[in-house]
Amino acid sequence: MDLALSEEQDLVVATVRRFVREEIVPLEQSLDPDADELEPADRERLVAKTKAMGLYGLDIPPEYGGPELDLVTRTLIAIEMSQHRAGLYAPCYGVFGGAGLAQLFEATEDQKERYLFPMLRGEKKGFFGLTEPSGGSDPARAIQTRAHRDGDEWVINGGKIFISGADKADFGLVFARTDPDRGRNGVTCFIVDTDSPGFHVRRIVHTLRAARYATELGFEDMRVPHANVLGEVNRGFAIANDRLSRQRIPYAAGCIGVAIKAHEMALEYVPQRETFGAPLSSRQAIQWMLVDNEIDIRHARWVTLEAADRAERGQDFRKEAAMAKLVATEAGGRVVDRCIQMFGGYGVTKDFPFERWYREMRIRRIGEGPSEVQRHIIARDILGASLR
Amino acid sequence: MSLTLDKPWRSRREPPGDLDALPGHMGVFELGDAAGGVLFVGYAGGRSRFGLRGEIAAALERLPAATAFRYEVTTSYLTRYQELLMVHRAATGELPPDNAPMPGLGRLSPG
Repeated sequence: MDLALSEEQDLVVATVRRFVREEIVPLEQSLDPDADELEPADRERLVAKTKAMGLYGLDIPPEYGGPELDLVTRTLIAIEMSQHRAGLYAPCYGVFGGAGLAQLFEATEDQKERYLFPMLRGEKKGFFGLTEPSGGSDPARAIQTRAHRDGDEWVINGGKIFISGADKADFGLVFARTDPDRGRNGVTCFIVDTDSPGFHVRRIVHTLRAARYATELGFEDMRVPHANVLGEVNRGFAIANDRLSRQRIPYAAGCIGVAIKAHEMALEYVPQRETFGAPLSSRQAIQWMLVDNEIDIRHARWVTLEAADRAERGQDFRKEAAMAKLVATEAGGRVVDRCIQMFGGYGVTKDFPFERWYREMRIRRIGEGPSEVQRHIIARDILGASLR
Repeated sequence: MSLTLDKPWRSRREPPGDLDALPGHMGVFELGDAAGGVLFVGYAGGRSRFGLRGEIAAALERLPAATAFRYEVTTSYLTRYQELLMVHRAATGELPPDNAPMPGLGRLSPG
């Protein structure tokens, strides 16, 4: 087992690290401390740079124009990309591009023409609509939005909550119950145009993330052509479930990157700050916080890279992805909390990024399945049939 | 929380010194005309000197047509700012006259 990075991985990581420090961090000095977007001219300039570096659209499969990088390397890049103030939810402010709704890579050719390719060209934006007021972690049971077939169309009624980007999107993936008696085998995924009559963005949901909000959606007799069913009727749960598992790896990586940056800032600060005639770094209380940070970061990093490695090899990685998400989000929260403690009053001001990381890191223990659900997934796996 | 900013309007001709007593917090504000219309929506963010006090004073100076203002203290100033603009556009079809166009602004249909 070789735990060392390859020469190529070393090079890519160093390139992205330099990009973040030289291009992204300086721009943040003049942005609002909660900003999650760059000025359009800056964004355009930096997108051109990432394209020139051959690192644009990292998660897009090579056959669709993305760079050919394995998942472990992409996870290492994700750890680097989040090492700045906005990094947790807006890594590098999106200038590395993204795959958008990866589920569309499995769409029909007609759907790809209408939605996937325009999305990859940046002409259309999409949203992912799974969570409902009745819950998000258990889509098989929580989905109450209903769809019934009417000729060549489906009629959808219901609503979604905590949906990001729906108010700015051109289309979205909406999961609805198409057979009320079949549990997880009665959910279908629809591609929905946001200009469809009956599609409503009811309100903004304000959260601890001060710059980016979620939305609440309502569907009233919204008609969707049968040609817009993604995958098969009543097989939408698998699409949702696969997305939830895959998303946990980059989600964990972002937390690790922020933890690394916070820890690095603390390591620079504590030898300089003096209390009672000696630097903070000479205090055992501070040293132990730094040691605990180091252990938390290394633990989270290896668990996450292992999950990425298994996924890359085509092995079952659900348990490992759950562990990565659980460990990284909880470790990240502890690291940022300790760093705030070391920085004292400055740690909670908007002069430093810790307060933003603290708020956003708290959400991470809930988003993409809370810690308790991750533990449930792991327990189900290690106990196997005896739990069922 | 109401979607609109429903705090009472205050005259820009506050007694001397009253503008100086506005909060230094982060938040959102609106400037209005004599008919109660909204002319401008703004916010005081994490880098605003003197928070709402400074931003409202600067905006009143910039827009002499504004006769009144109202504000709301909030740490979610960026999302609340966008929400107020979206609600205004949903109700009137356009942004307040003194706000610059925002191409990336989302769409609300509060119903």
